[in-house]
Amino acid sequence: MKYFIRRIFFYVIALWTAVTLNFIIPRLAPGNPVQTLVGRSQGRIDPRAISALELQFGINTKIPEWQQYFSYLGDLLHGKLGLSFEYYPTPVSTVIVSHVFWTMGLIGVASVLSFVLGTLLGVISAWKQGSVFDRIVPPALTFLSSIPYFYLALFFLYFLGFKLGWFPIIGAYSFTADTSQFSLSLLFDVLNHAILPALTIVLVSLAGWMVGMRNAMLNTLSEDYVLMAEAKGLSNWRVMTIYAARNAILPNITGFALSLGFVVGGSIIMESVFSYPGIGFLLFQAVQNSDYPLIQGIFLVIALSVLAANFFADIMYLILDPRVRY
Amino acid sequence: MELFNTHGGKSADAPKQSSNNLRPIMKNLAAKLAIPQLPKSAMFWTGIGILLFFIVVAVLGPLFIHGDPNAFSNESLAAPSLQHLLGTTLTGQDVFSQLVIGTKLTLLSGFVAGIIATTLSVIMGLVSGYLGGWADDILSLITNIFLVIPGAPLAIVLSSYVPNTSVWPIVIIVGLTNWAWGARVLRSQTLTMRDRDFIQASKLGGENNFRIIFFDIMPNLIAIVASSFIFTTIYAILTEIGLAFLGLGNILAVSWGNMLYWAQNSGTLLSAWWWFLPPGLCVALLGSSLAFINFGLDTIVNPKLSIVKPKKRGKKAAE
Repeated sequence: MKYFIRRIFFYVIALWTAVTLNFIIPRLAPGNPVQTLVGRSQGRIDPRAISALELQFGINTKIPEWQQYFSYLGDLLHGKLGLSFEYYPTPVSTVIVSHVFWTMGLIGVASVLSFVLGTLLGVISAWKQGSVFDRIVPPALTFLSSIPYFYLALFFLYFLGFKLGWFPIIGAYSFTADTSQFSLSLLFDVLNHAILPALTIVLVSLAGWMVGMRNAMLNTLSEDYVLMAEAKGLSNWRVMTIYAARNAILPNITGFALSLGFVVGGSIIMESVFSYPGIGFLLFQAVQNSDYPLIQGIFLVIALSVLAANFFADIMYLILDPRVRY
Repeated sequence: MELFNTHGGKSADAPKQSSNNLRPIMKNLAAKLAIPQLPKSAMFWTGIGILLFFIVVAVLGPLFIHGDPNAFSNESLAAPSLQHLLGTTLTGQDVFSQLVIGTKLTLLSGFVAGIIATTLSVIMGLVSGYLGGWADDILSLITNIFLVIPGAPLAIVLSSYVPNTSVWPIVIIVGLTNWAWGARVLRSQTLTMRDRDFIQASKLGGENNFRIIFFDIMPNLIAIVASSFIFTTIYAILTEIGLAFLGLGNILAVSWGNMLYWAQNSGTLLSAWWWFLPPGLCVALLGSSLAFINFGLDTIVNPKLSIVKPKKRGKKAAE
């Protein structure tokens, strides 16, 4: 329980840091983001949007910084993230909510798939240490994960999507699909659109899980309790899964939660390649249009969800590893 | 990611090692201290070979390239020929010249980001692990916060505010957002070193903390520091290329990332393969060479991970 309270305390501080960073960054930025924005829009910007933006970033105002900070915190508590410039006058929170589920669904499923598959491959690789499999698969997958992600994705897009026409190449569902109500054909359409992006994510991230699991597994395989299990004449399968792999997987679970931040970061590139209407694509467009309120809001949402994932992993750890409970 | 889990597994294992038996530790220590004793695996040397090749290209290449690699010409999208070894871009720039000249900036920016991150992680990790107490509490808290705050989106947000006049702001941002994991690994390793006899001896001999940390402890962790440096470098190179692809870098600098950015934005991916293919392949080669070196370093840190010795597991159980 003490562990649990300490973790909650930690996440509160981490959350506060993320929120504060979000407040400080636009104010530390060189130049004046609002001026940049006005310049880039060539005067086609609503004056009310300018004043709202100046208020949000503390430009041309006499309100002291600390007071701005507290009103910012207050706004956050009410879920107010400001107004998007690109979609003016839609609130940032509304824009984000309409995109966030696509990313969560796709990234969530692809990450879990990659984790499970990579861990399995790692178990096999460690169990058969020095075999042909162990010599070939880890370096091959490492090569795959060293290719810049968008490069690999464009290849898949070109060959499997464009040349062979097996998969749709753009968006999360067909333009012609009826999205007003749920139907089985819509579900298939959405799944069909998700295969290619998911496949590329899995391929690129597989190596990390595999090598991590292999290394952790090799450590547990040399433990005495594994030798003991073998000596007792337990079946290979039982020794491999219940004795070695079960203990080796623990560090990988923390790694999984921590990696989500990287995966969401990577989703920005994935979604811009596939024009997938998720939060990454939104961030990409926001960055291109210098839509600063939207950029800030998206960062906050990403940071929040990564913190939540880590908290969840801590709870999982608590359940799986009795040692932390005491 | 491989580094992450390697050490995650290792750190849990390290305290047990010291209580088991002494010989492997001594051997391990000797391996760590004696720099010439490098891993024998073919993978490690392949990695070193490829990396050296790219370093030579980066250093000597510019001597053989005459003229500005960004210079336009009338030969738009010419296919590879003797005159243009890798053809030309949409605006008639020579792809081969760009590839050779771009090597330097790509390597350099990766290494600089790696150095920034590794320096930070060494300082934070070793100091907090060695000092302990409240200093450790504060430094660990900072490290853990940086660990859970997503670095890649933070880098994108930061770079959207920075004017795109040079590549260095991105390099610094990538370096500053990627030190936390290395710090955590080094801290847990330092904890296992702190009470060893030779550290106690230095302490009794009146050495100051600075000397103990950086001259007594650090040389023993050099393999971990190196592997963390290489990992960060790979990550930095890939991140910078990703940011360049999003148009967030300085798009006028000659680097592999920018070549890919222009090739992609010209809409000629399908016709001009000689423009898009080479820089991506170079990145993949460079990235895997670094990853292979890391495999080798991992086996120094933890000899169990070697792929050389085949095991006869399972036979015993079958008998």
